[in-house]
Amino acid sequence: MSVVAAASVAHQSPTDPAGSKAGKSTSMDGVPGRRLTPYFLLLPAFLALLVFYILPTLTLASTSLQTGSLEEGYSLTWRWATYGDVITQYWPQFRRSFVFAAVATVLALLIAYPLAYTIARKAGRYRNLMLALVVAPFFTSFLIRTLAWRQILADHGWAVQIFKATGLMQLTDWLGLTQGRVLATPIAVILGLTYNFLPFMTLPLYTSLEKIDPGLLQASDDLYANAWQGFWKITWPLSLPGVVGGTLLTFIPAAGDYVNQQFLGSTAETMTGNVIDSLALQQRNYPSAAALSLVLMVAIVVLVAIYVKRAGTDELV
Amino acid sequence: MATITRPGPTRQQVRPQRSPGRWIREHLVTFFGLLALIYLFVPIFVVVLFSFNRPTGRFNYTWVRFSLDAWSHPCDVSGLCDSLLISLKIGLLATIAATILGTLAAFALGRHRFQGRSVANLLIFLPMATPEVVAGSSLLTLFINIGVPLGQLTIFIAHVMFCVSFVIVTVKARLAGMDPRLEQAAMDLYANKTQTFLRVTLPLVFPGIVSAALLSFSLSFDDFIITNFNAGSTVTFPMFVWGAYQRALPVQVNVIGTGMLLVTLLLVGLARLLGTRRKQ
Repeated sequence: MSVVAAASVAHQSPTDPAGSKAGKSTSMDGVPGRRLTPYFLLLPAFLALLVFYILPTLTLASTSLQTGSLEEGYSLTWRWATYGDVITQYWPQFRRSFVFAAVATVLALLIAYPLAYTIARKAGRYRNLMLALVVAPFFTSFLIRTLAWRQILADHGWAVQIFKATGLMQLTDWLGLTQGRVLATPIAVILGLTYNFLPFMTLPLYTSLEKIDPGLLQASDDLYANAWQGFWKITWPLSLPGVVGGTLLTFIPAAGDYVNQQFLGSTAETMTGNVIDSLALQQRNYPSAAALSLVLMVAIVVLVAIYVKRAGTDELV
Repeated sequence: MATITRPGPTRQQVRPQRSPGRWIREHLVTFFGLLALIYLFVPIFVVVLFSFNRPTGRFNYTWVRFSLDAWSHPCDVSGLCDSLLISLKIGLLATIAATILGTLAAFALGRHRFQGRSVANLLIFLPMATPEVVAGSSLLTLFINIGVPLGQLTIFIAHVMFCVSFVIVTVKARLAGMDPRLEQAAMDLYANKTQTFLRVTLPLVFPGIVSAALLSFSLSFDDFIITNFNAGSTVTFPMFVWGAYQRALPVQVNVIGTGMLLVTLLLVGLARLLGTRRKQ
């Protein structure tokens, strides 16, 4: 599962010890024939990415500026107004995507932090077992997992009964989060998003928490810092790379996801992903689908850039 | 992997009054950690439980009674096993292609310093940072514009695309964690470059390549969004589930879901067993 990648992504750093090590260990760089080796090695993947990543992005841009219809075909007319149209028309869905993704990311952070902390600091010899347990649920299909949540949150299911019995439902109803039911409310969608991207949050957090020298906490203890101060002055700042990595790995896919919305949300409250899917696959309105995709992409990139800059750890991008 | 040992006794002698607070804090964190772990398993429990259900209607949503029917006839639902085979086939082919492309590129990036290295790193990072809808719709516009018919080939291409970056990152991480002295030692012992590569470098990197391959297989096998955009009329397993959710949800879907979990757990267990054997 991509979860493993989450961990490896978190390991990446711009200084990249591999490069410097290679430079030191082998003297390949000096030999003329050897100088081309990296390019040969890189060529196949580079070509693949060029043709099937860069080129599609350019096609997406050109498609967004086309006009026409499915029957007559589309032609490039440089119609920029499509962007304005999709933004005004789909603004509610657009805003919803970002709000849902942001809330899910914060929730995932709140849930994953104690989990990652427990694994890194308290698990002892059960550490590897617990790590495996974090990843294990994600080996069943993403869609099946989400359908299971649909089942759990169903109107007559036990979860809702407990909700109602404890009076929690009245509270969330009053807050406007639920409407006498959980399924087909924003709560359900956010819960699904939080759940499905939780390992993406947990593993980067774990890798950065695990690296923290326990001696530092002891030192703070010796200097009469209490546990709370020790956490905020030492553990939290040192775990920031994991926090930034985890939030990005959660937020980006969550903002584009529409499976959770489709399975758990109401048809009246769709997200950008649903709109792009329907524009591209049902209505076959390729220019609008392309424009909306690009708007989503640009919005995410801008938000991520601002966030990474604010967080002060521009290690990941 | 050093375990954390606190010099407990001496601490407590110095400031014994702080122990109760600390005890609560430490166990509070563990408590919430375990709660999170339970949260992770709630839907899995439901998936496994309902694979033994015999629902009355078309949807497997409410518990009726225990039955092994779905387990003994997993392919009774039309299209289910076909979609599973297509997913396995595409997953396998995409994994092979992505692992080869990715491993080569990882060696270039992990072992060489060259001009344009940072550009290459950025190019590899971008697909991982692209939301799936965007990647899916952009590939779709490409295929439509150049007139490639949608089907297994386009799914394969799309899957190789998003797997390659993950393979590169995984193998590169393994290369970065390798001790360069081992290769130097081989060279000192008069191994030539090919021998060093085949006898030292490759065996050391191999676990990284294997985990990269497993990763890309599970990414490919489980992908829905990108596949949905580029599948045409081909139905992969996730797409079957998507369709089933709208028409009828057979118990067999849960059986396959549980089966996937069992197979991976079995593989993990086997890998650990082999790992401990080798150590002995």
